[in-house]
Amino acid sequence: MDNLKFLSICGMLGYGYPLESLCRGIDEKIDFIGADNGSTDPGPYYLGSGKGFVKNIQLERDLEPALVEARKNNIPLIIGSAGGSGAKAHVDNFLKILFKIAEKNNLHFKLAVIHSDIEKTTALNALAAGKISPCGHSRTLKAEDVNACTNIVAQMGTEPIIAALKNGADVVIAGRACDTAIFAALPIMRGFDPGLALHAAKIAECGAMCSVPVGANDSLIVRMEKDSFTVTPANPEKKCTPETVAAHSLYEQPNPECFFEPEGKIDMSESVFEQIDERSVKVSGTKLVPSAKETIKLEGAAFRGFRSITIAGMSDPVAMANLEVIESSVRKAVSENLKDIIASENYTLRFLKYGINGVRGIADKSLPLLTETGLLIEAIAPTQELADTVISLARSTALHQSFPGRKATAGNLAFPFSPSDFQGGEVYEFSIYHLMEVEDMAEFFPITYKEL
Amino acid sequence: MRLYDIAKIVRSKNAGPFNLTVDLIFEDAKKYETVLKAASFNPFAIAGLYGVDADDVRIYPFKRILAIKVTMPRPISSGAPGDTDVYGSQQHFPLAEMEIV
Repeated sequence: MDNLKFLSICGMLGYGYPLESLCRGIDEKIDFIGADNGSTDPGPYYLGSGKGFVKNIQLERDLEPALVEARKNNIPLIIGSAGGSGAKAHVDNFLKILFKIAEKNNLHFKLAVIHSDIEKTTALNALAAGKISPCGHSRTLKAEDVNACTNIVAQMGTEPIIAALKNGADVVIAGRACDTAIFAALPIMRGFDPGLALHAAKIAECGAMCSVPVGANDSLIVRMEKDSFTVTPANPEKKCTPETVAAHSLYEQPNPECFFEPEGKIDMSESVFEQIDERSVKVSGTKLVPSAKETIKLEGAAFRGFRSITIAGMSDPVAMANLEVIESSVRKAVSENLKDIIASENYTLRFLKYGINGVRGIADKSLPLLTETGLLIEAIAPTQELADTVISLARSTALHQSFPGRKATAGNLAFPFSPSDFQGGEVYEFSIYHLMEVEDMAEFFPITYKEL
Repeated sequence: MRLYDIAKIVRSKNAGPFNLTVDLIFEDAKKYETVLKAASFNPFAIAGLYGVDADDVRIYPFKRILAIKVTMPRPISSGAPGDTDVYGSQQHFPLAEMEIV
């Protein structure tokens, strides 16, 4: 085979895409369809809780046409990080939707499901053996960080997906997967250059993000050849230029010249980007530098309590100027008032002052106060009831708190809602974001097959 | 002149949950070189603006598209208690306010 074509449906399955773009890919006789369904971007809650950040209605809408077209044309469909974070709960949720669509459309195929969950004992043993190291400024891992996790997953590389495809899978639903694994697996399996395949996959995982007008919610067609690959947006109103494609390697990456995958370092420092027709860019020169030791990235989210918040606005200039006084007085009053219910070291109370320090975290005292300030007060406590209690008392105290020079003695805060307090549910933190050395990647990503 | 006024694109985003990356993209080579060579634009100054160690601040010139990437650790990881910006997409300030001299 001298070339291979594939379609990346969109940057995130569930965010939507034009059906015409999928159809254009089909018309181009693509060899497979791929889509990424996961990210750590929305924060640790989703991995920690086992919930998805895209709703099932969105997933079903986006998956149905892709699955129907893949089966009609007998080409593989590969989905990575299914259900959002790729843990078992996410994959199971995704499979429910997949089965529903298959039944509704009377589709029959061989399904491969690749799980990516890592047992705590596996992580603890690897930690004890010195096989776990920090990644991208994460802290040195401790056993307590592992034990605090509700879910731990590992990002699979191309290898398990290749194994599933070699065993005849028509549809591959992968748990947590490197974005590149989804799109590079089949090209590497068919003998295309791994460096180029991984670079193409890196661009493809964001759909048509590498084109203009900008937007991830559209499809990209990639054509792999022996010494190069070509990217073309499926939508005729979009185009790729050498600049837009090269610029994509900046996006969400620490270093624009290279990135790291389980397969090794992908070096783009000598990549060449050429415009070959009005909307297509050809890329060559990318090289894979294989790593000496095989590593996989672990992700784990630890439970940190329950959150409750209240939101209010302020307009009184003296009240705004005295927010620090109000904050410290409220902290003291809440701590005193609740001392028999919850000790102050067992909860956290945070005042985010929008207009002062809500975004940057640190207040720049040289800046003048605005005419309005937004105040968000957050409580995190071991149970939802305790978090609700802390926020309730903090809210009523902040409303009536006195401070020097106070003129508006009836209340300090403007609440837009009744009720004014909201439950934020469980709070998590990424406590594992580390590399683990492995001998054989396959043992961490068991594959199960099912005939539908 | 402020960096925000010199660059065509000034944006920030997480690069993984523990890293923040700021991209500066310029219209022409002159502006790109001006910023890259400016004495005020250095890891120590940037570290001071974000409250991180200068040793952890990386500046990557990417001449191909006249871009400069600045990568540094996040003081609080994405979405952890105490974080103010889960996606890191509004953290291009205070760097954008830096005077280029």
